[in-house]
Amino acid sequence: MITYPFAYQRAANLAEAEALLGANPEAKLLAGGQTLIPTMKQRLASPPLLIDISGLHELSGNRRDGERLVLGAALTHAEVAQSPEVRTLIPALAELASHIGDPAVRHLGTLGGSVANNDPAADYPAAVLGLNASVITTRREVPADKFFTGMFETMLAPDEILRAVAFPVPRRAAYAKFANPASRYAMVGVFVAQTTEGVRVAVTGAAPSVRRLPMMEKALEASFTPEAVAHIKIDADGMNEDLHGSAQYRAHLVTVMAKRAVAAALA
Amino acid sequence: MTTVTMTVNGKTVSNEIEERTLLVHFLRDTLMLTGTHIGCDTSQCGACVVHVDGKAVKSCTMFAVQAHGRSVTTIEGLAEAGALHPVQAAFREHHGLQCGFCTPGMIMTAVDMIARGVAADRASIRRELEGNICRCTGYHNIVSAIEAAAKEMGA
Repeated sequence: MITYPFAYQRAANLAEAEALLGANPEAKLLAGGQTLIPTMKQRLASPPLLIDISGLHELSGNRRDGERLVLGAALTHAEVAQSPEVRTLIPALAELASHIGDPAVRHLGTLGGSVANNDPAADYPAAVLGLNASVITTRREVPADKFFTGMFETMLAPDEILRAVAFPVPRRAAYAKFANPASRYAMVGVFVAQTTEGVRVAVTGAAPSVRRLPMMEKALEASFTPEAVAHIKIDADGMNEDLHGSAQYRAHLVTVMAKRAVAAALA
Repeated sequence: MTTVTMTVNGKTVSNEIEERTLLVHFLRDTLMLTGTHIGCDTSQCGACVVHVDGKAVKSCTMFAVQAHGRSVTTIEGLAEAGALHPVQAAFREHHGLQCGFCTPGMIMTAVDMIARGVAADRASIRRELEGNICRCTGYHNIVSAIEAAAKEMGA
């Protein structure tokens, strides 16, 4: 399989990438390429220009910012999974990253790419929303509750680049995923976090876009135990339905995964 | 068209290619290194796994231009001075292949997991093989081969 033809340019820095993107509205940013390249190979996307931003130092590394851990957009899933800082401060996030795709995909795929793409079954959006993280772009900082706007849709403007994600360090957190056995994407993945500002529960894979589960958050505020969510029935209306599972099946899975996530957070 | 320069199996290569050339096509069709296989073409099977700067990647899901200035190792680059790499030898010893189509990717993935020190037991090896599919379903012996190679290499 080959893609449509395109031009390729490696950006020397973030400012150049931004300028190129501004001048070429149809261009796409290329970092890990683990979603973009398969999409281009299927000829579902035909960007005339790829702007390679992999290896830009402005997008790499992590730093502590008060009670937040700020992770550069270009960090690969393997780097996040192995980062001593992430493993110490937010082990649930390292664990999540260690189950994305497979080892070869994790060597290339990036945090920023996953968050900016907002695939309905991607893992990272659940962590960003569940941890009440902020998305830092070339021009602003957007809270997670406002960032994800719909299936494959975010607040990002066409010429705006995701630079980093700032994750508040939770008191405890965990992610439980029922992975599609072929793709490893989440059939349903639930991220649970107990923070100083309350409990947050975010689910991915179940619906057209990542979303919070207010009923579960309320129940877990009262009692942070698996039993607190065990009897919460999720409405199948609006759930994803495909050859891998019905809407009813996914709705049921949400409760099961929420229970497992709470149990894991307490372990 | 664009010119890419990279190191492949220790040798510097430089070629003019179309930007959309996938790394696997560059290796197979331009450099004639056909040991790297194309199985599924959809990033799932792992027959095309090579190492770029020492890390296992799927060469069907990377453009050759992305490897510009970097170092690539393929299955052809593993054996040194005519002696099989310990992982290759272990696959032969433990009958870790049937039809052999997935073998180059399996071996490149195995070398990578042993180098990362995550081939400690059979369960870990199976988990690390998530991105490599054997349609002969010969996983049992593949796992045995990797387990033996990891022990021999002191990983």
